[in-house]
Amino acid sequence: MNTSAQLSNAKLKGRLLKDKLFTYTLIFLAFLSSVPLFLILFELIKKGYKQINISFFYKVAPDTMEAMVAVKNNEIIPGGIANGIVGTLIIVGMASLIAIPLGIICGMYLAENSKGKFAGIVRFIVDMLQGVPSIVLGVIGYIWIVKPITGGFSSLAGSVALSIMMLPSIVRSTEETLKMIPETLKEAALSLGVPYHKTMLRVVLPSGISGIISGVILGISRIAGETAPLMLTALGSAAISTDITEPSSAIPLLIWEFYNDPNLVDMIWSASLFLLFLILCLNLTAKAIAKRWKVQY
Amino acid sequence: MESTVLEKKEVEVKIKAQPNKINNMMQNPIENIESPIINIDQLSVSYGGDKYSINDVSAGIAKNKITAIMGPSGCGKSTLLRAINRMHELNPDTHNKGTVYLGEEDIYKMNPILLRRKIGMVFQRPNPFPTMSIYDNVIAGYLLNGIKLKRREKDEIVEKSLREVGLWSEVKDSLHNKGTFLSGGQQQRLCIARALAYTPEIILLDEPTSALDPIATAKIEDLLVKLKKDFTIVLVTHNMSQAARISDYSMFMYLGELVEYGKTKQMFTMPKDKRTEEYLTGKFG
Repeated sequence: MNTSAQLSNAKLKGRLLKDKLFTYTLIFLAFLSSVPLFLILFELIKKGYKQINISFFYKVAPDTMEAMVAVKNNEIIPGGIANGIVGTLIIVGMASLIAIPLGIICGMYLAENSKGKFAGIVRFIVDMLQGVPSIVLGVIGYIWIVKPITGGFSSLAGSVALSIMMLPSIVRSTEETLKMIPETLKEAALSLGVPYHKTMLRVVLPSGISGIISGVILGISRIAGETAPLMLTALGSAAISTDITEPSSAIPLLIWEFYNDPNLVDMIWSASLFLLFLILCLNLTAKAIAKRWKVQY
Repeated sequence: MESTVLEKKEVEVKIKAQPNKINNMMQNPIENIESPIINIDQLSVSYGGDKYSINDVSAGIAKNKITAIMGPSGCGKSTLLRAINRMHELNPDTHNKGTVYLGEEDIYKMNPILLRRKIGMVFQRPNPFPTMSIYDNVIAGYLLNGIKLKRREKDEIVEKSLREVGLWSEVKDSLHNKGTFLSGGQQQRLCIARALAYTPEIILLDEPTSALDPIATAKIEDLLVKLKKDFTIVLVTHNMSQAARISDYSMFMYLGELVEYGKTKQMFTMPKDKRTEEYLTGKFG
């Protein structure tokens, strides 16, 4: 009796030790996975902060000669990424205009007909769409828009490619959000003699607005940094371009251009820092909206 | 015993004279419902396929009275209630036989949207619109249907409806807060106010107190008794004592069939059908 109690006591200690070991390993691994982001931020800030000043936001990208002279004289490279910022705003803005209404309507349909056969097919296709490589979407944008419509590289083509890319995340986040909304809410509106479309638009949709908006913002943040599809569609431009049928620059395209020009390498860091900052802000906004505007049933 | 047998014979004689109308009367011998506001006429409802959730139900519902529908779970009482304002049609595979008349009108030939404006509904769980304030919840029927009201009219409707449900004094200082911050009982009364504000003729309540505590339940029961002066109330409940306390007429349903329908007092004291008696005495249910 006594010995067995002692034995179990020893076993217990072993188990407690294992338990602790396991817990600390988990904490360490969790910590490890958050390290890369901080390392990236640290690296970008260290190498890029010098370039960021006011002219960085309103001047277009420097040409290689200007940059060479500046580097030789040990000055910071003049110019900024204004053409990229404007291009990104226009391209992402137009992509959102295309994808948001389409995605929300599609998500509503899927949520309303969760068991329908057609809905099942649509859901499957949307999921597959999520897996289409972005470069393929670039090719599609080239074939659909660049060749037949704008007759040359254009920001419109880039928007179309990116809108296809953001569509799945909007559809699925809308669907998931609306599915969480209790059926009784819809019944309440219908029982007041409210027509179906008004019930959906004025009762159900507003109740899920936080989830839908945060899904949309995450979709935007996902495409804001896309480069490959833009290479085949928007191409890039040295000047600020507001004509959507003309080639346009974008921040990720600029980073690619800086990488290809030995004189402009220093600009990579500041442009990357700005892009990362932009996307982080979008993500934080999405989280804040999801929390703040959450509707309590 | 003898007298009941005699009555039956008399009725049977009548049936032969006027087959259809009296047939209904015989199944549901409510002799004294004069000019019922709702007439359920041999209604069967199926949610798809050949299986009917309610079968050949016929009943008249008295104006300005409380009619309770009782029965064990799955007996079709909610289906019957929802068939009165066609909410059961939310299920796309629904089909019915027979019909329901509101006054003289066949509700299955009416536009369901217009029908539901005449027949309000309150649900099992309180469901105020979460994006709206208390004030907007009360006038939600007008707001969502795009009916423009003047500020003064809105104020009047809100105050009147909230007073009717006894919520006015509790919420008059927080009318512009969200309705979902109220307690469950208050929320349910808000939902009743929302149904009343739209001035329906009839209010259907689907187990309105099953999610509430006894005090909130008592408040709502008092409220319903008070409201029958202006509205016709149909109430689904599986709480027998609730039916006994507040209803004027009671239906007992079992397996989709309307087993017995009569004055509540009579049904609770001398049920005619054996199944009703067994249910009321707690032998099943």
